[in-house]
Amino acid sequence: MTLKRIIIAAVLAGSFGVAMAPAMAQVHQVAPPRQTWSFAGPFGKYDQAQLQRGFKIYKDVCSACHSIDMLAFRNLADPGGPGYSEAQVAALASEYKIKDLNDKGEPIERNGRPADYFPPPFPNALAAAAANGVAPPDMSTLAKARGYTRGFPWFVFDMFTQYQELGPDYIDALLQGYKDAPKGFNVPSGGHYNEYFPGHVIAMPPPLSDGQVTYDDGAPQTVAQYSRDVAAFLMWVSEPHLDARKRIGFQVMIFLIVFAGLMYFTKKKVWSSVH
Amino acid sequence: MSGHSTYQPQNKALQWLEKRLPIGGLIHSSFVAYPTPRNLNYLWTFGGILSFMLGVQIVTGIVLAMHYTPNVDLAFKSVEGIMRDVNYGWLLRYLHANGASMFFLAVYIHMFRGIYYGSYKEPREVLWILGVIIYLLMMATGFMGYVLVWGQMSFWAATVITNLFSAIPGVGDAIVTWLWGGYAVGNPTLNRFFSLHYLLPFVIAGVVVLHVWALHVAGQNNPTGIEPKSDKDTVPFTPYATIKDGFFIAVFMILLAWFVFYIPNYLIHPDNYIPANPAVTPAEIVPEWYYLPFYAILRSIPDKLLGVIALFSSILILAFLPWLDTSRVRSGRYRPLFKQFFWLWVIACIGLGWLGSKPPEGIYVVLSRLFTLYYFGFFLVVLPLLGIFERTKPVPNSISESVLSAKH
Repeated sequence: MTLKRIIIAAVLAGSFGVAMAPAMAQVHQVAPPRQTWSFAGPFGKYDQAQLQRGFKIYKDVCSACHSIDMLAFRNLADPGGPGYSEAQVAALASEYKIKDLNDKGEPIERNGRPADYFPPPFPNALAAAAANGVAPPDMSTLAKARGYTRGFPWFVFDMFTQYQELGPDYIDALLQGYKDAPKGFNVPSGGHYNEYFPGHVIAMPPPLSDGQVTYDDGAPQTVAQYSRDVAAFLMWVSEPHLDARKRIGFQVMIFLIVFAGLMYFTKKKVWSSVH
Repeated sequence: MSGHSTYQPQNKALQWLEKRLPIGGLIHSSFVAYPTPRNLNYLWTFGGILSFMLGVQIVTGIVLAMHYTPNVDLAFKSVEGIMRDVNYGWLLRYLHANGASMFFLAVYIHMFRGIYYGSYKEPREVLWILGVIIYLLMMATGFMGYVLVWGQMSFWAATVITNLFSAIPGVGDAIVTWLWGGYAVGNPTLNRFFSLHYLLPFVIAGVVVLHVWALHVAGQNNPTGIEPKSDKDTVPFTPYATIKDGFFIAVFMILLAWFVFYIPNYLIHPDNYIPANPAVTPAEIVPEWYYLPFYAILRSIPDKLLGVIALFSSILILAFLPWLDTSRVRSGRYRPLFKQFFWLWVIACIGLGWLGSKPPEGIYVVLSRLFTLYYFGFFLVVLPLLGIFERTKPVPNSISESVLSAKH
């Protein structure tokens, strides 16, 4: 962040007001189709096999360009996650080279350990941008950082139906959304037409193709399946404690409803002499 | 908190303490023997709910602060670290984030109730104004807390809101620089917001004490808006109000738990899960839902300075409510015309909230202006005139009479 950038940002922000208005409605976004997810709803849980497949997609495809800074190797063995064993995690970590210092303070590369975080594919954001046109976003919180406008009245219903999977739906649709641009739509060089990307021009080339990654569990090796699996995996990376949250949530709900019921009858008894 | 206490502790140690510091008597007269109108409906439980929510926010906030780092390079990651690596950190953080929303929901219900039943009228003007001060402090606290996450929305909301002060002629830019502690929203801004975000809740707690004190001097209003006249009109705070408040706090907690455990990100803009980036402006900058009506008022006015004046006036005008409402009848229950204008005003507030989330163009601007006009018109035209022209319905002689007549 250079001083010049800060000043530009401040000037841009300073022009806030009505000037900001026209820019807001221009980006057009198509609502992605709703998918059914194992982790949706009050009793939702991650599907372990799906997370393992999704991790494989990340490892073999996404990780070439996308960092995932907040994910440590040890997380892959955490409860409520893909469910790898500690031995598997240690073996996986040792495949990676981690930058470190030796005891003389010289920079070295050593084998990864479970406590290490996944190393980024590029040394910094500038290098990532130089190699890709724009810096590919970090994937640690990606599934929560993406969504789409539901609009009235749907956003009201979502509160009751607990629709929280806007991010995975969007990622799933985006990965399958590469199409030929409609006639008259001008795709700038370095861009790719994608039905679901806001504004339709995305810098990322189509990342997945049928049969690209081999699954060991017999799941279909199609772009549709890959997209679903990696979207679920990214949801887990964004929200690793979802299983525990929903499980505890149900216990809390039962407790609160019983407690509120008891309070209600106590209140009725106390007030019976007044009414 | 007023008058001599009848509190006589049996316990020797408590008697000893009571002679030196009559705190037991204070608690007893304020929360046990305190006479409360017998006809209060459930809308009167929101004071208790708000106290409870303030407690939830302070307790979760103190623990979160043990794990949070107010530095532009580390803040976002430390919040995510809380969500991932702190035991039940996700619970603390979601409780705190959604607790803020529920706090505002409760305060809005509390305020609408106060306006509908004329709770701001003589002798409760100071009580009401203290409430407006608490609300202002809440808005400042909520805004600064939102910035601490240091996501894209945090950063740009901070930029937009602090820039409002640049509209002040002459000294505006200097004030903004002073607020930022630099020439842009940056590390000094984040640091001071963290400091103030930790300080203000305790200021709120202090003003809440004054609010409760003023309440216990003037006594609670009630749905009839007439003062209790005899013991038949009141019941002791404990057990009657305590159990009723307790029941509704439990119900309110179910709502809070629904958000925390099942839809924790429903009220959080996805962009706030992208780390703050001063070089990239988000496609849309929207504040948290509880500021949206004021945001709509701000944007409905084409001139920046006038917009900012309208924004602040829309909140400050509440403090003048006791004198703007000229009606001698307190409760909306006996004011047929007021009732209609009141509900229209509620619709205008909710409408402005919806419009605040929409781009300011076309029909949205027209509607925003209409609702803004009515928002101010309600205070400046409708309320002063209604007191003169409205034919109110007969008010019952006493609370107990109204309770008894409702049964037949």
